[in-house]
Amino acid sequence: MSTTITEKVRASLGKRYAREKRFRAYGFISIALSLMFLVLLMFNIFSKGLPAFSSTYIKLDVTLDAQTLGVTADATPEQLRTASYNSVVQKGVQALFPAVEERKQKKALKSLVSGDAQYELQRMVLADPKLIGTNQTVWVLADDDIDMFHKGYVDRTAPEADRRIKDFQLVWLDKLEAEGRIDSQFNTTFFTRGDSREPEQAGILSALMGSVYTMSLTLLFAFPLGVMAAIYLEEFAPKNNFWVDFIEVNINNLASVPSIIFGLLGLAVFIQIFGMPRSSPLVGSFVLTLMILPTIIIASRAALKSVPPSIREGALGIGASKTQSVFHHVVPLAMPGILTGTIIGMAHAVGESAPLLMVGMVAFIVDVPHGITDPATILPVQIYLWADSPERAFTERTSAAIIILLAFMILMNLLAIVLRKQFERRW
Amino acid sequence: MNTLGILLTLSVLAAFSYYIGRKRSLALATPAKRGGNNLHSLPGYYGYLVAIWCGIPALIILLLWSVLSDSIITQMTLAHLPTELQNQSGDQVSLISNQIRNLVANGIETATDPAMKVAAEEYSRLQGISNMAKTVVVLVLAIIGFAIGMRFIKPTTRARNQVEHVIQYVMILCAAVAILTTVGIITSVLFESIRFFGQVPATDFLFGTHWSPQTAIRADQVGGSGSFGAIPLFVGTLLISAIALLIAVPLGLMSAIYLSEYASPFVRAYVKPALEILAGIPTVVYGFFAALTVAPFIRDVGAMIGLNVASESALAAGVVMGVMIIPFMSSLSDDVINAVPQAMRDGSYGMGATKSETIKQVVLPAALPGIVGAFLLAASRAIGETMIVVMAAGLSANLTVNPLEAVTTVTVQIVTLLTGDQEFDSAKTLAAFALGLALFVVTLILNILALQIVRKYREQYE
Amino acid sequence: MTEATLNMAAAAPQTHKPAAGGREEFAHDITGTVGKPFLDGKDTKFFSRGVNVFYTGNKQAIFDVNVDIGRNEVIAMIGPSGCGKSTFLRCLNRMNDTIAGCRVTGDIRLDGEDIHGKEQDPVLLRARVGMVFQKPNPFPKSIYDNVAYGPRLHGLAANRAELDEIVESSLTKAGLFKEVKDRLQTPGTGLSGGQQQRLCIARTIAVSPEVILMDEPTSALDPIATATIEELIDELRQSFTICIVTHSMQQAARISQRTAYFHMGKLVEVNNTKTVFTNPQHQLTENYITGRFG
Repeated sequence: MSTTITEKVRASLGKRYAREKRFRAYGFISIALSLMFLVLLMFNIFSKGLPAFSSTYIKLDVTLDAQTLGVTADATPEQLRTASYNSVVQKGVQALFPAVEERKQKKALKSLVSGDAQYELQRMVLADPKLIGTNQTVWVLADDDIDMFHKGYVDRTAPEADRRIKDFQLVWLDKLEAEGRIDSQFNTTFFTRGDSREPEQAGILSALMGSVYTMSLTLLFAFPLGVMAAIYLEEFAPKNNFWVDFIEVNINNLASVPSIIFGLLGLAVFIQIFGMPRSSPLVGSFVLTLMILPTIIIASRAALKSVPPSIREGALGIGASKTQSVFHHVVPLAMPGILTGTIIGMAHAVGESAPLLMVGMVAFIVDVPHGITDPATILPVQIYLWADSPERAFTERTSAAIIILLAFMILMNLLAIVLRKQFERRW
Repeated sequence: MNTLGILLTLSVLAAFSYYIGRKRSLALATPAKRGGNNLHSLPGYYGYLVAIWCGIPALIILLLWSVLSDSIITQMTLAHLPTELQNQSGDQVSLISNQIRNLVANGIETATDPAMKVAAEEYSRLQGISNMAKTVVVLVLAIIGFAIGMRFIKPTTRARNQVEHVIQYVMILCAAVAILTTVGIITSVLFESIRFFGQVPATDFLFGTHWSPQTAIRADQVGGSGSFGAIPLFVGTLLISAIALLIAVPLGLMSAIYLSEYASPFVRAYVKPALEILAGIPTVVYGFFAALTVAPFIRDVGAMIGLNVASESALAAGVVMGVMIIPFMSSLSDDVINAVPQAMRDGSYGMGATKSETIKQVVLPAALPGIVGAFLLAASRAIGETMIVVMAAGLSANLTVNPLEAVTTVTVQIVTLLTGDQEFDSAKTLAAFALGLALFVVTLILNILALQIVRKYREQYE
Repeated sequence: MTEATLNMAAAAPQTHKPAAGGREEFAHDITGTVGKPFLDGKDTKFFSRGVNVFYTGNKQAIFDVNVDIGRNEVIAMIGPSGCGKSTFLRCLNRMNDTIAGCRVTGDIRLDGEDIHGKEQDPVLLRARVGMVFQKPNPFPKSIYDNVAYGPRLHGLAANRAELDEIVESSLTKAGLFKEVKDRLQTPGTGLSGGQQQRLCIARTIAVSPEVILMDEPTSALDPIATATIEELIDELRQSFTICIVTHSMQQAARISQRTAYFHMGKLVEVNNTKTVFTNPQHQLTENYITGRFG
């Protein structure tokens, strides 16, 4: 190499290294941006959602006298159920601020506490009718606006018109605060109730149960179907057979069909043609099964493929039938891989919502579903429904529901990782 | 007995058959001198054989009955309707059958039309008979099957082979579910679409620029129609997908390049799974984030610099969708980049190329087909994505390519048209299936193309 | 043998450090390199003293290699698989830098410049020390672009005409021009194996390097293509220094002036090719060339 060429190369180096640095920086920035978004998302969800795990309670001194309740001491359970607990609550709240006379303000006073307060009293009395006629101190749920205020989301300095909590309410709340009558407690309602129009009474239990039903059924259908299909395609299917190739093409394409199309299939075939109950976990699980089947099949086939042929030959060599060699030896060895694939598919299904909107699992469900044909909703769809509600308190609960959903997904993925690590085998 | 009850009884019967069959085979066997016996197969296989005879035919009938009874009952009910109700258009008749079914579900007393009330009562009576008959037929069939199965138990019966045959057929059936699914998708979407195009000309749908299905027919207003020009939806879908890809492709590709070519194994071991978390987050979470955080943020930033940004701007949905696709793009690119042989890189380094020169001029051109495949799959993902756009994009069908305005997409309209209460046969609901058909066809083409390209590419280096 | 050891000690006392660990594990009596590893400063292109290479986990691949490579000579490196000959070759243009966890110690100089020196640059070094690999690895580009790749990278051609000229002359030197002159724009991957390897050689000489390293350049080729490449190497000797790693002793004998024998990471013997093959001084070398192992 002549010196001139060396010089030429040397001359080009500065620029080239600058380009190198820039290129590397682009890569770094890309990753940093992606991860930053992840952190931002998580931070956003957690900072919004964590407060929802506590809710605000107000301490009331109520008199459960028979007259206000409109029942006698020897009332039947039915009479007790329909007694006028509302008036008791009203009196209890008014007792806090005896000076309030004006009608509108009285109404505002009543709405300090949640509509759930009277049912709280009802539950108490039904559990122990002897409480009638006694004075009780009870902590009742506060209204969602009060809850938001107590959690510090209301800006006192904002003009009164822009606030959901007005000046006179501020005075009341400050008094309650000073008397120690307002307090935060763990939000058990969130985990023990179904959906509600009132944010403070809304919970995820019904959606969670809907998810549990739907997912259990999905697993029940998808696992055997997927594994059997994979075993057939990998172990038994003739090579270069038109139908077998056709099945494979189908599976590969189904793996990337938009999920909403599966919802259309569910609506048109399962609901319209087969007349299955709309909104039910049964139909939902059918749709999800078809959706995650390709994932399970592809993963299971990979797992089966990684079992070396010597295992099959060994079994065949001592006189086992083909079916026996596969089911006694190959499948057990491939099981960790198959399970990992199944869990990944299930994790996908747990977070899926679009196809379930199509089959009507997007209902306002207050009661916990009791069977696979009851109308139900699932956690992601509950999130979707709440996200639409304008109340600040619902935003908080949406985020909290997301935290629960993410926890489930992380749990499932961890399970998959542990399985893979625990049973990983290198041939 | 309901279906679940029948299923449970059937499984108990099958388990019982297994037990009896196994016992019976042992009883018939003559013990051989050197241990074992003269049975062709292990006793368990005889048990399975009887259980199969007991369970499978009954199960098939049960399935068929459950699937078909509803439409048969409906037909029979409709046949009893007054003639003036029968002599109506097909759409009208299926409307009536829907109403009857709703009546039965919600309580017959709520019926206002006496004819409908009679029909509903008839429907529910037939349903009762059908359920009763189903239980009897299935259980009798199970018992007959058991008896037949028992007759097969002889030492010479090749029970294992027969059982294995049945297992094979069951497996084939499972594998065929993939075909059935595809067929199901195509027929359901195509069938409804054809009905839709019977009401709205296909050209209006494909080339019309005005979309307002909300004014479409109500149940009592046959023939009135909204406008079903899908161009604004297609443009909206493409706009949001383009924004998403504009974010996901460079970021995903550069992330993959950095991870596979620059990052230390330590960084790779932690950053890769972290990126995969992004892929695992449910789309409804992204939608929530897009609608409640990103969209207001973009609107506020726009307001600050004097731009009028819609609160459901295409930009917000597109950006968040882009982030969702980053890990998808990066893991696919990572695969194809890693498939480029090291020898190719060595050749370039050996000539005195820097790392970035090698990547840009050797690795990326070599991986190009694979990257194109990844791009197509990402595009198909973006076009089919539903929740983010449902939550963060608008409902009004604006024909615009301005990312700051609100647009709607195909998937948003499918969800809007099909959720909530509506009659199944109105043009409005059928339109959703026509949109579904368009979506399916486009994504299918993209997927097939992508899979083809990626496979060719893999073969090149294998 | 004693003479060689003395010679080495005299030539490079400062770089002759005991290799870190592992040395005693080898029962072979390789205490130093026998033969004539050094050129006494005359026309030395590459000068290497005390070169050790470690891979991840402190696995040592080569131990204390001391050798000189002369200007315009063909030096062949032979030895059984895994003996470290390729690893050593890759030290000479710092290709080992591209392997994660690989560490090279010792003193390697090109024309007296330390190639690991601060002012030294791997990019420039690789432009000066080209490399041809075991398997032909043309880039997925046209023949023209393959050859023009290096000149373009390094900015060697001011305009298209100059580039054309470089491409043509490189292809001609590689003996490929006649065969491909009508299809310069077709993909380089479309050529036959032997042509591809000559294309890779043309690509390498297009940047006019001073040294060409060849890592078993004919192992993937058939005998006829191999013969063509061997002839080419002989011609290239006029303008380049060539280090070739080869599995084939016959090839080493045919094309090289000097031969180095590696064994288990150590340089056992270096000498004129004729001497190595007719009168090996070390027992291991003799075992190898007589086919007792390897």
